[in-house]
Amino acid sequence: MARKVTNTRKAVVTVIAWGIGLLIFFPILWTILMSFHAEGDAIKNPLDMLMSPWSFDSYAEVQTRSNYALHFMNSVVISVGSTILALIIAIPAAWAMAFVPGPKTKDLLMWMLSTKMMPAVGVLIPMYLGFKNMGLLDTRTGLVAVMTLINLPIVVWMLYTYFKEIPVEILEAARMDGASLRSEIIYVLTPMAVPGIASTMLLNVILAWNEAFWTLQLTTHDAAPLTQFIASYSSPEGLFYAKLSAASTMAIAPILILGWFSQKQLVRGLTFGAVK
Amino acid sequence: MGKIVLKSVRKCFGEVDVIPSIDLSIEDGEFVVFVGPSGCGKSTLLRLIAGLEDVTSGNILIDGVDATDLPPSKRKLAMVFQSYALYPHMTVRKNIMFPLKMAGMDLDTATRRADDAAKVLNLTNYMERKPGQLSGGQRQRVAIGRAIVREPEAFLFDEPLSNLDAALRVNMRQEITELHQQLKTTMIYVTHDQVEAMTMADKIVVLNAGRIEQVGTPLTLYENPVNTFVAGFIGSPKMNLITGPEAAKLGATTIGVRPEHLDIVQSGGWNGVVGLSEHLGSDTFLKVQTDVVGTINVRAGGEVKLSHGDRICLLPQVGKVHRFGPDGKAL
Repeated sequence: MARKVTNTRKAVVTVIAWGIGLLIFFPILWTILMSFHAEGDAIKNPLDMLMSPWSFDSYAEVQTRSNYALHFMNSVVISVGSTILALIIAIPAAWAMAFVPGPKTKDLLMWMLSTKMMPAVGVLIPMYLGFKNMGLLDTRTGLVAVMTLINLPIVVWMLYTYFKEIPVEILEAARMDGASLRSEIIYVLTPMAVPGIASTMLLNVILAWNEAFWTLQLTTHDAAPLTQFIASYSSPEGLFYAKLSAASTMAIAPILILGWFSQKQLVRGLTFGAVK
Repeated sequence: MGKIVLKSVRKCFGEVDVIPSIDLSIEDGEFVVFVGPSGCGKSTLLRLIAGLEDVTSGNILIDGVDATDLPPSKRKLAMVFQSYALYPHMTVRKNIMFPLKMAGMDLDTATRRADDAAKVLNLTNYMERKPGQLSGGQRQRVAIGRAIVREPEAFLFDEPLSNLDAALRVNMRQEITELHQQLKTTMIYVTHDQVEAMTMADKIVVLNAGRIEQVGTPLTLYENPVNTFVAGFIGSPKMNLITGPEAAKLGATTIGVRPEHLDIVQSGGWNGVVGLSEHLGSDTFLKVQTDVVGTINVRAGGEVKLSHGDRICLLPQVGKVHRFGPDGKAL
């Protein structure tokens, strides 16, 4: 028998859900609100700030002081480039793990994931020196490579989970139909796993876009993405909240819009296989 | 040409010897059915022939060429799977044309061949649909269409009808048999349904625990089973296997009498009481508790009006009693 839900219970749950939602969204909302006020007003208590005049001055100042377009393009190249590269590596890897597993496949998967458990700062020195010696510091190529490596375990894991849901008989049918391994992956596996691949792509783009530790350590200007652009407004001379907020809003806006439009795909992908 | 020869083919999964060693020859154009209970290794044997599993030892020859190490795509065989295994993202047309695309065939020829196959299988009106929009029978037809366009040396069917309902299964069974008569290509068909085996096969291979128990035409297996396993497996309802004094009287450890080879007589023979009576119209199936040979099944004519509790006498027909020795082998 279906559980009976009373109107009061529904109202309480709705209020709690909205409360949690607003709590999660509040820092972003506050950042956006602060960005539309003058520097002096932004540090006032919340009520006074909201009553003070609204302006686009912080945005104008950020535009003149920094090259937003350059940082934006760097973010796009790094996040999209690393995602494509990760998928090229991860699709065959996940195929092998899902459909021709060896006795150590599970261990291998766990090992890959374990690299995410290590604090990034633990390998900062060797990574920095490696980048320096290879001339990769402050280059988009270097950042694409490092982002690919950082997110590869998650990409492989996600694709592995999606591929496991695909009936192996369909791939065997493709083999019987004369498909080579390459054709099997291109014409059969990949189109069938499109929802999974799409959500993996979206998640990877978001992770790479928001990644701050390595981008701050390995870039200064030329390859600096939007995370570096935000950080440049947090200076030792003092915090400029309004400008920092304007820069943050400009940095997160593209990914927020992407996330908004793709939320259905993202949720579908992340819950793939949870219910058969 | 589609002659397939298995020479000492063995398959192990880890420590488990699924197929100890099999020698078998399948002639060009033959319709061969692998039949046996669940887990007897029939599907594994088919997958070994297809190349979807590697043999542990032994050789598989297709048209005289050693195909043991060839990948499935190079064996010139087509397979129809139990679950249809259609490509869900492709239309029926694209599904059927996929093997031709893989073979590098030009689009015009491929389209023509797909249309021809669709005509044979009554799929012409469904060519632009996706598999999800088709019924089970139509999906199975698409799977067969995908197999026939390649004009393979042999077709492999892995329990292709087990997902269909009973009525559709009979239709598809006939369609596959007609297809074989039309194409005259070698077909290897795996099933656990001995009715399918009896009705479709030129040659039946009865498997048990990875071993071949008997190979022969359906009637050979029915009339002359080599052991109690084949005797009990082939035929529906199952043969009555009787041990004890009645078997000893005939100099055997076990005797077998098929339900249709027992006559209902006025007196003599084995006396018993009808326990269950199933009237099918054309036939009547009786389960009789006898005084001397235990419970036995009887297949009588549709006109027999016996019911629960009636006493009857049963007499095996002359020359229709099978005798088996202590090792279960026919005497």
